[in-house]
Amino acid sequence: MTQDAGAFFPRDLAWHPKAYAPEYKTSVLRSPSRALVSLPSTLGDTTGPVFGQNMIGELDNDLILNFARPGELPIGERIILHGHVIDENAKPVPRTLVEIWQANSGGRYRHKKDGYLAPLDPNFGGFGRTLTDDDGRFRFRTIKPGPYPWPNNANDWRPSHIHFSVFGSGFAQRLISQLYFEGDPHIRLCPIVNTIKDPAAIEQLTAKLDMNNTIPMDARAYRLDIVLRGRRSTMFENRPEGN
Amino acid sequence: MVPFPGNLKESPSQTAGPYVHIGCTPNAVGIGGPYGEDAGARLVNDKTKGDRISITGRVIDGANAPLRDAMIEIWQADADGLFNSPLEKRGAADTNFRGWGRQAADGESGQFRFETVMPGQVPFAADRMQAPHAQFWIVARGINLGLHTRMYFPDEADANAADPVLQRIEPRWRVATLIASGARPNYTFDIRLQGENETVFFDV
Ligand SMILES: [Fe+3]
Repeated sequence: MTQDAGAFFPRDLAWHPKAYAPEYKTSVLRSPSRALVSLPSTLGDTTGPVFGQNMIGELDNDLILNFARPGELPIGERIILHGHVIDENAKPVPRTLVEIWQANSGGRYRHKKDGYLAPLDPNFGGFGRTLTDDDGRFRFRTIKPGPYPWPNNANDWRPSHIHFSVFGSGFAQRLISQLYFEGDPHIRLCPIVNTIKDPAAIEQLTAKLDMNNTIPMDARAYRLDIVLRGRRSTMFENRPEGN
Repeated sequence: MVPFPGNLKESPSQTAGPYVHIGCTPNAVGIGGPYGEDAGARLVNDKTKGDRISITGRVIDGANAPLRDAMIEIWQADADGLFNSPLEKRGAADTNFRGWGRQAADGESGQFRFETVMPGQVPFAADRMQAPHAQFWIVARGINLGLHTRMYFPDEADANAADPVLQRIEPRWRVATLIASGARPNYTFDIRLQGENETVFFDV
Protein backbone atom coordinates (compact mmCIF):
# COMPACT_ATOMS: atom_id res chain seq x y z
CA MET A 1 0.00 0.00 0.00
CA THR A 2 1.50 3.33 -0.97
CA GLN A 3 0.60 6.62 0.54
CA ASP A 4 1.02 9.79 -1.41
CA ALA A 5 3.47 12.29 -0.04
CA GLY A 6 1.24 15.35 -0.05
CA ALA A 7 1.60 18.20 2.40
CA PHE A 8 0.03 17.73 5.81
CA PHE A 9 -3.04 19.55 6.97
CA PRO A 10 -2.02 22.26 9.42
CA ARG A 11 -2.05 21.16 13.02
CA ASP A 12 -5.02 22.46 15.03
CA LEU A 13 -3.03 23.90 17.92
CA ALA A 14 -6.21 24.69 19.85
CA TRP A 15 -7.07 20.98 19.92
CA HIS A 16 -3.66 20.15 21.40
CA PRO A 17 -2.59 21.39 24.82
CA LYS A 18 -0.88 24.75 24.91
CA ALA A 19 2.84 24.65 25.65
CA TYR A 20 2.38 26.93 28.67
CA ALA A 21 -0.18 25.32 30.98
CA PRO A 22 0.52 26.48 34.54
CA GLU A 23 -1.89 23.95 36.07
CA TYR A 24 0.80 21.47 35.01
CA LYS A 25 3.66 23.18 36.79
CA THR A 26 6.57 21.60 34.94
CA SER A 27 5.37 23.21 31.71
CA VAL A 28 6.06 26.69 33.09
CA LEU A 29 9.83 26.57 32.55
CA ARG A 30 9.71 24.16 29.60
CA SER A 31 7.34 26.00 27.26
CA PRO A 32 8.56 28.21 24.44
CA SER A 33 7.29 31.74 24.99
CA ARG A 34 7.47 32.79 21.35
CA ALA A 35 5.09 31.75 18.61
CA LEU A 36 6.04 28.73 16.52
CA VAL A 37 7.30 29.67 13.05
CA SER A 38 4.93 28.20 10.46
CA LEU A 39 6.45 26.37 7.53
CA PRO A 40 4.96 24.59 4.55
CA SER A 41 5.67 20.86 4.55
CA THR A 42 9.18 20.24 3.25
CA LEU A 43 10.58 16.91 2.05
CA GLY A 44 11.94 16.25 5.53
CA ASP A 45 8.43 16.61 6.97
CA THR A 46 6.52 14.52 4.42
CA THR A 47 9.08 11.68 4.57
CA GLY A 48 9.87 9.72 7.69
CA PRO A 49 11.60 6.60 8.94
CA VAL A 50 10.11 3.18 8.35
CA PHE A 51 10.53 0.14 10.53
CA GLY A 52 10.75 -3.47 9.45
CA GLN A 53 9.06 -6.47 10.96
CA ASN A 54 12.54 -7.88 11.54
CA MET A 55 13.15 -5.46 14.39
CA ILE A 56 10.03 -6.60 16.25
CA GLY A 57 10.39 -9.55 18.59
CA GLU A 58 7.64 -12.11 18.96
CA LEU A 59 6.67 -10.92 22.46
CA ASP A 60 7.26 -7.22 21.95
CA ASN A 61 3.52 -6.48 21.97
CA ASP A 62 2.79 -8.83 24.88
CA LEU A 63 3.57 -6.97 28.10
CA ILE A 64 2.17 -9.87 30.12
CA LEU A 65 4.98 -12.10 28.91
CA ASN A 66 7.77 -9.90 27.57
CA PHE A 67 9.42 -9.27 30.92
CA ALA A 68 8.09 -12.18 32.97
CA ARG A 69 10.29 -14.90 34.36
CA PRO A 70 9.67 -18.28 32.77
CA GLY A 71 6.47 -19.75 34.17
CA GLU A 72 5.49 -16.60 36.06
CA LEU A 73 3.03 -13.81 35.33
CA PRO A 74 2.67 -10.18 36.36
CA ILE A 75 0.01 -9.23 38.89
CA GLY A 76 -3.04 -7.22 37.83
CA GLU A 77 -6.00 -6.99 35.50
CA ARG A 78 -5.27 -8.63 32.17
CA ILE A 79 -6.36 -6.53 29.19
CA ILE A 80 -6.14 -6.43 25.42
CA LEU A 81 -5.48 -2.95 24.08
CA HIS A 82 -6.21 -2.56 20.41
CA GLY A 83 -7.32 -0.15 17.73
CA HIS A 84 -6.41 1.39 14.40
CA VAL A 85 -3.93 4.04 13.48
CA ILE A 86 -5.63 6.14 10.83
CA ASP A 87 -5.15 9.65 9.52
CA GLU A 88 -7.50 12.61 9.43
CA ASN A 89 -8.75 11.41 6.03
CA ALA A 90 -9.68 8.10 7.71
CA LYS A 91 -6.98 6.29 5.73
CA PRO A 92 -5.30 3.47 7.61
CA VAL A 93 -1.65 4.02 8.48
CA PRO A 94 -0.06 0.64 7.74
CA ARG A 95 3.26 -0.76 8.98
CA THR A 96 3.91 2.08 11.38
CA LEU A 97 5.66 1.68 14.72
CA VAL A 98 3.52 2.01 17.86
CA GLU A 99 5.36 1.98 21.18
CA ILE A 100 3.74 2.00 24.63
CA TRP A 101 4.95 2.33 28.21
CA GLN A 102 3.12 2.32 31.50
CA ALA A 103 3.17 1.75 35.26
CA ASN A 104 2.41 -1.66 36.72
CA SER A 105 -0.88 -2.58 38.38
CA GLY A 106 0.19 -0.78 41.57
CA GLY A 107 1.04 2.43 39.72
CA ARG A 108 4.82 1.99 39.86
CA TYR A 109 7.15 2.48 36.89
CA ARG A 110 10.23 0.41 36.26
CA HIS A 111 12.49 3.46 36.29
CA LYS A 112 15.23 4.45 38.68
CA LYS A 113 13.69 7.87 39.18
CA ASP A 114 10.27 6.56 40.25
CA GLY A 115 10.24 6.38 44.04
CA TYR A 116 6.54 5.65 44.60
CA LEU A 117 6.14 3.18 47.45
CA ALA A 118 4.01 0.77 45.46
CA PRO A 119 6.32 -2.15 44.64
CA LEU A 120 7.87 -3.13 41.37
CA ASP A 121 6.50 -6.31 39.86
CA PRO A 122 9.43 -8.57 38.98
CA ASN A 123 7.41 -9.96 36.08
CA PHE A 124 6.42 -6.67 34.50
CA GLY A 125 8.60 -4.33 32.46
CA GLY A 126 5.84 -1.98 31.36
CA PHE A 127 6.77 -1.45 27.71
CA GLY A 128 5.97 -2.90 24.34
CA ARG A 129 5.94 -2.13 20.65
CA THR A 130 4.36 -3.35 17.45
CA LEU A 131 3.91 -2.45 13.80
CA THR A 132 0.39 -1.78 12.58
CA ASP A 133 -0.83 -4.31 10.02
CA ASP A 134 -1.78 -3.47 6.42
CA ASP A 135 -5.11 -2.08 7.65
CA GLY A 136 -3.51 0.07 10.33
CA ARG A 137 -4.48 -2.23 13.20
CA PHE A 138 -2.40 -2.64 16.37
CA ARG A 139 -2.85 -4.97 19.32
CA PHE A 140 -1.16 -5.29 22.69
CA ARG A 141 -1.73 -7.56 25.66
CA THR A 142 -0.92 -5.98 29.00
CA ILE A 143 -1.87 -5.36 32.63
CA LYS A 144 -4.13 -2.42 33.40
CA PRO A 145 -1.89 0.21 35.01
CA GLY A 146 -2.75 1.60 38.43
CA PRO A 147 -3.19 5.28 39.22
CA TYR A 148 -0.28 6.96 40.96
CA PRO A 149 0.38 10.15 42.91
CA TRP A 150 2.71 12.79 41.53
CA PRO A 151 4.15 16.03 42.83
CA ASN A 152 2.28 18.95 41.29
CA ASN A 153 -0.41 20.17 43.61
CA ALA A 154 -0.35 18.59 47.08
CA ASN A 155 -2.62 15.68 46.19
CA ASP A 156 -2.62 15.04 42.46
CA TRP A 157 -3.12 11.53 41.11
CA ARG A 158 -2.72 10.41 37.55
CA PRO A 159 -5.61 8.40 36.14
CA SER A 160 -4.70 4.94 34.92
CA HIS A 161 -2.97 5.64 31.63
CA ILE A 162 -0.72 4.19 28.97
CA HIS A 163 1.77 6.38 27.15
CA PHE A 164 2.02 5.86 23.40
CA SER A 165 4.31 6.95 20.59
CA VAL A 166 3.42 6.75 16.89
CA PHE A 167 5.37 7.64 13.75
CA GLY A 168 3.10 7.71 10.70
CA SER A 169 4.69 8.04 7.27
CA GLY A 170 6.09 11.58 7.60
CA PHE A 171 8.18 13.07 10.38
CA ALA A 172 5.65 15.89 10.87
CA GLN A 173 3.12 13.25 12.00
CA ARG A 174 5.32 12.27 14.93
CA LEU A 175 3.11 12.04 18.01
CA ILE A 176 3.45 11.05 21.65
CA SER A 177 0.37 11.05 23.85
CA GLN A 178 -1.40 9.08 26.58
CA LEU A 179 -4.56 7.01 26.66
CA TYR A 180 -7.01 6.78 29.53
CA PHE A 181 -9.68 4.25 30.49
CA GLU A 182 -13.39 4.85 30.17
CA GLY A 183 -15.11 5.56 33.47
CA ASP A 184 -12.04 6.59 35.47
CA PRO A 185 -13.03 9.48 37.81
CA HIS A 186 -9.43 10.68 37.90
CA ILE A 187 -9.53 11.75 34.25
CA ARG A 188 -11.41 14.97 34.93
CA LEU A 189 -9.29 15.70 38.03
CA CYS A 190 -5.91 15.41 36.33
CA PRO A 191 -3.93 18.59 35.60
CA ILE A 192 -2.09 16.87 32.72
CA VAL A 193 -5.34 15.70 31.11
CA ASN A 194 -6.75 19.18 31.64
CA THR A 195 -3.99 20.81 29.61
CA ILE A 196 -6.37 19.72 26.82
CA LYS A 197 -9.22 22.20 26.81
CA ASP A 198 -11.84 20.58 24.58
CA PRO A 199 -13.72 17.72 26.30
CA ALA A 200 -14.13 16.06 22.90
CA ALA A 201 -10.35 15.96 22.55
CA ILE A 202 -10.02 14.29 25.97
CA GLU A 203 -12.67 11.81 24.87
CA GLN A 204 -10.49 11.02 21.87
CA LEU A 205 -7.80 9.71 24.25
CA THR A 206 -10.22 7.63 26.32
CA ALA A 207 -10.11 3.92 25.49
CA LYS A 208 -13.51 2.24 25.52
CA LEU A 209 -14.34 -1.11 27.05
CA ASP A 210 -14.80 -3.46 24.09
CA MET A 211 -16.71 -6.53 25.20
CA ASN A 212 -16.73 -7.95 21.68
CA ASN A 213 -12.97 -8.38 21.72
CA THR A 214 -12.77 -9.54 25.31
CA ILE A 215 -11.36 -13.03 25.72
CA PRO A 216 -13.78 -14.87 28.02
CA MET A 217 -12.25 -16.12 31.28
CA ASP A 218 -8.96 -14.43 30.34
CA ALA A 219 -8.74 -10.72 29.49
CA ARG A 220 -11.01 -7.76 28.94
CA ALA A 221 -10.45 -5.59 25.88
CA TYR A 222 -10.15 -1.82 25.51
CA ARG A 223 -10.15 -0.05 22.19
CA LEU A 224 -8.60 3.22 21.14
CA ASP A 225 -8.16 4.50 17.61
CA ILE A 226 -5.22 6.82 17.10
CA VAL A 227 -5.53 9.58 14.51
CA LEU A 228 -2.48 11.12 12.85
CA ARG A 229 -2.39 14.21 10.65
CA GLY A 230 -3.81 13.79 7.19
CA ARG A 231 -2.27 14.75 3.88
CA ARG A 232 -3.58 16.83 1.05
CA SER A 233 -4.10 14.94 -2.15
CA THR A 234 -1.22 15.36 -4.57
CA MET A 235 -3.47 14.67 -7.57
CA PHE A 236 -3.46 18.28 -8.77
CA GLU A 237 -0.08 19.32 -7.48
CA ASN A 238 2.07 18.47 -10.50
CA ARG A 239 1.78 21.97 -11.94
CA PRO A 240 4.80 24.32 -11.69
CA GLU A 241 5.11 26.00 -8.33
CA GLY A 242 3.63 29.47 -8.53
CA ASN A 243 4.40 30.72 -5.06
CA MET B 1 -10.83 -0.61 4.45
CA VAL B 2 -11.83 0.91 7.72
CA PRO B 3 -15.29 2.29 8.36
CA PHE B 4 -14.31 5.73 9.59
CA PRO B 5 -15.73 9.03 8.40
CA GLY B 6 -13.29 11.57 6.97
CA ASN B 7 -12.46 14.92 8.55
CA LEU B 8 -11.19 13.38 11.74
CA LYS B 9 -9.19 15.34 14.26
CA GLU B 10 -5.62 14.40 15.07
CA SER B 11 -5.34 12.68 18.44
CA PRO B 12 -4.33 15.37 20.92
CA SER B 13 -0.82 15.26 22.32
CA GLN B 14 0.07 14.71 25.95
CA THR B 15 3.47 15.07 27.56
CA ALA B 16 5.89 12.17 27.14
CA GLY B 17 6.38 12.41 30.91
CA PRO B 18 9.49 11.63 32.95
CA TYR B 19 9.59 7.96 32.00
CA VAL B 20 9.57 8.15 28.19
CA HIS B 21 12.79 6.12 28.26
CA ILE B 22 10.97 3.03 29.50
CA GLY B 23 9.14 2.81 26.23
CA CYS B 24 11.59 4.35 23.79
CA THR B 25 15.16 3.84 25.05
CA PRO B 26 14.94 1.07 27.67
CA ASN B 27 18.47 -0.15 27.05
CA ALA B 28 19.98 3.32 27.29
CA VAL B 29 18.58 3.73 30.81
CA GLY B 30 19.53 0.26 31.99
CA ILE B 31 16.10 -1.38 32.05
CA GLY B 32 17.02 -3.96 29.43
CA GLY B 33 14.17 -6.25 28.52
CA PRO B 34 13.09 -7.74 25.23
CA TYR B 35 14.49 -5.26 22.69
CA GLY B 36 17.93 -6.18 21.40
CA GLU B 37 18.79 -2.58 20.69
CA ASP B 38 16.94 0.66 21.23
CA ALA B 39 15.27 1.90 18.05
CA GLY B 40 17.24 4.78 16.58
CA ALA B 41 20.37 4.09 18.63
CA ARG B 42 22.60 4.07 15.55
CA LEU B 43 22.28 6.07 12.33
CA VAL B 44 25.45 4.88 10.63
CA ASN B 45 27.42 1.71 10.07
CA ASP B 46 30.87 1.23 8.58
CA LYS B 47 29.50 1.27 5.02
CA THR B 48 27.61 4.55 5.31
CA LYS B 49 28.61 7.06 2.65
CA GLY B 50 29.61 10.59 3.58
CA ASP B 51 31.60 12.54 6.14
CA ARG B 52 31.08 11.40 9.70
CA ILE B 53 30.02 14.09 12.15
CA SER B 54 28.87 14.16 15.75
CA ILE B 55 26.21 16.38 17.25
CA THR B 56 26.19 16.87 21.00
CA GLY B 57 23.98 19.20 22.95
CA ARG B 58 21.53 19.78 25.72
CA VAL B 59 17.93 20.89 26.01
CA ILE B 60 17.85 23.81 28.44
CA ASP B 61 14.87 25.15 30.39
CA GLY B 62 13.86 28.69 31.33
CA ALA B 63 15.93 28.55 34.53
CA ASN B 64 19.02 27.66 32.48
CA ALA B 65 19.06 24.05 33.70
CA PRO B 66 19.57 21.18 31.25
CA LEU B 67 16.70 18.71 30.99
CA ARG B 68 17.86 15.33 32.23
CA ASP B 69 14.71 13.53 31.14
CA ALA B 70 14.36 14.72 27.55
CA MET B 71 14.27 12.49 24.49
CA ILE B 72 15.62 13.85 21.23
CA GLU B 73 15.04 12.53 17.72
CA ILE B 74 16.68 13.64 14.49
CA TRP B 75 15.68 13.06 10.88
CA GLN B 76 17.96 14.07 8.07
CA ALA B 77 18.96 13.42 4.48
CA ASP B 78 21.92 11.24 3.56
CA ALA B 79 25.18 12.58 2.16
CA ASP B 80 23.53 13.01 -1.26
CA GLY B 81 20.49 14.83 0.10
CA LEU B 82 18.09 11.85 -0.12
CA PHE B 83 15.82 10.58 2.66
CA ASN B 84 15.76 6.90 3.59
CA SER B 85 11.99 6.70 3.20
CA PRO B 86 9.66 4.92 0.76
CA LEU B 87 8.17 8.35 0.06
CA GLU B 88 11.50 9.60 -1.29
CA LYS B 89 10.80 9.83 -5.03
CA ARG B 90 13.98 11.55 -6.22
CA GLY B 91 16.23 8.52 -6.03
CA ALA B 92 17.45 5.75 -3.79
CA ALA B 93 18.97 6.88 -0.51
CA ASP B 94 22.02 5.19 1.00
CA THR B 95 20.68 1.94 2.44
CA ASN B 96 23.45 2.07 5.05
CA PHE B 97 22.20 5.33 6.46
CA ARG B 98 19.13 5.32 8.63
CA GLY B 99 18.49 9.05 8.59
CA TRP B 100 16.61 8.76 11.86
CA GLY B 101 18.17 8.72 15.30
CA ARG B 102 16.85 8.79 18.83
CA GLN B 103 18.74 9.50 22.05
CA ALA B 104 17.87 10.05 25.66
CA ALA B 105 19.47 13.02 27.36
CA ASP B 106 21.99 11.79 29.92
CA GLY B 107 20.31 11.35 33.32
CA GLU B 108 23.03 13.39 35.06
CA SER B 109 24.41 15.93 32.58
CA GLY B 110 21.45 16.21 30.25
CA GLN B 111 23.74 15.80 27.27
CA PHE B 112 22.71 13.98 24.10
CA ARG B 113 24.98 12.80 21.29
CA PHE B 114 24.33 11.66 17.73
CA GLU B 115 26.90 10.05 15.43
CA THR B 116 25.75 10.75 11.91
CA VAL B 117 26.93 12.03 8.52
CA MET B 118 26.98 15.47 7.01
CA PRO B 119 23.61 15.77 5.26
CA GLY B 120 23.45 16.76 1.60
CA GLN B 121 21.24 19.56 0.36
CA VAL B 122 17.52 19.03 -0.11
CA PRO B 123 15.24 21.14 -2.31
CA PHE B 124 12.58 23.32 -0.72
CA ALA B 125 9.48 23.82 -2.86
CA ALA B 126 10.42 23.96 -6.54
CA ASP B 127 14.12 24.11 -7.29
CA ARG B 128 15.35 26.24 -4.43
CA MET B 129 17.80 24.39 -2.24
CA GLN B 130 17.85 24.30 1.51
CA ALA B 131 21.14 24.51 3.35
CA PRO B 132 22.32 21.24 4.90
CA HIS B 133 20.45 20.67 8.14
CA ALA B 134 19.03 18.07 10.49
CA GLN B 135 15.48 18.18 11.78
CA PHE B 136 15.05 17.75 15.54
CA TRP B 137 12.04 16.66 17.58
CA ILE B 138 12.11 17.09 21.36
CA VAL B 139 9.80 15.58 23.96
CA ALA B 140 10.03 15.56 27.77
CA ARG B 141 8.10 15.93 30.97
CA GLY B 142 6.57 19.42 30.87
CA ILE B 143 6.53 19.57 27.05
CA ASN B 144 2.89 19.15 26.07
CA LEU B 145 3.40 18.88 22.31
CA GLY B 146 6.66 17.63 20.80
CA LEU B 147 8.82 20.50 19.53
CA HIS B 148 10.17 20.59 15.98
CA THR B 149 13.31 22.51 15.22
CA ARG B 150 16.26 22.39 12.81
CA MET B 151 20.00 22.43 13.21
CA TYR B 152 22.16 24.13 10.58
CA PHE B 153 25.94 24.12 10.27
CA PRO B 154 28.25 27.02 11.18
CA ASP B 155 30.66 26.21 8.32
CA GLU B 156 27.94 26.56 5.63
CA ALA B 157 27.50 30.33 5.77
CA ASP B 158 26.68 30.82 2.07
CA ALA B 159 24.12 28.04 1.97
CA ASN B 160 22.61 29.24 5.23
CA ALA B 161 22.25 32.77 3.85
CA ALA B 162 20.29 31.38 0.89
CA ASP B 163 18.18 28.95 2.90
CA PRO B 164 14.45 29.55 2.34
CA VAL B 165 13.52 28.43 5.86
CA LEU B 166 16.10 30.57 7.62
CA GLN B 167 15.04 33.50 5.45
CA ARG B 168 11.55 33.38 6.98
CA ILE B 169 12.74 33.93 10.50
CA GLU B 170 12.06 37.28 12.14
CA PRO B 171 13.65 38.98 13.97
CA ARG B 172 16.81 38.05 12.09
CA TRP B 173 18.97 37.55 15.18
CA ARG B 174 16.91 34.48 16.02
CA VAL B 175 18.47 32.64 13.06
CA ALA B 176 21.57 32.16 15.23
CA THR B 177 19.59 29.90 17.58
CA LEU B 178 19.42 27.30 14.78
CA ILE B 179 23.12 27.24 13.93
CA ALA B 180 25.33 24.78 15.75
CA SER B 181 28.70 25.73 17.17
CA GLY B 182 31.95 23.88 16.67
CA ALA B 183 33.40 22.77 13.35
CA ARG B 184 33.45 19.64 11.27
CA PRO B 185 33.39 16.89 12.46
CA ASN B 186 32.19 17.79 15.97
CA TYR B 187 29.23 20.09 16.41
CA THR B 188 27.37 21.31 19.48
CA PHE B 189 23.71 22.25 19.40
CA ASP B 190 22.02 23.46 22.57
CA ILE B 191 18.26 23.87 22.40
CA ARG B 192 16.83 26.58 24.64
CA LEU B 193 13.16 26.17 25.46
CA GLN B 194 12.76 29.67 26.85
CA GLY B 195 14.47 32.94 27.58
CA GLU B 196 16.61 35.43 25.78
CA ASN B 197 18.03 33.00 23.23
CA GLU B 198 14.99 30.76 22.92
CA THR B 199 15.47 28.39 20.00
CA VAL B 200 13.16 28.86 17.02
CA PHE B 201 10.56 26.08 16.98
CA PHE B 202 8.44 25.30 13.95
CA ASP B 203 4.84 24.50 13.23
CA VAL B 204 5.51 22.16 10.30
FE1 LIG C 1 2.74 8.16 33.29
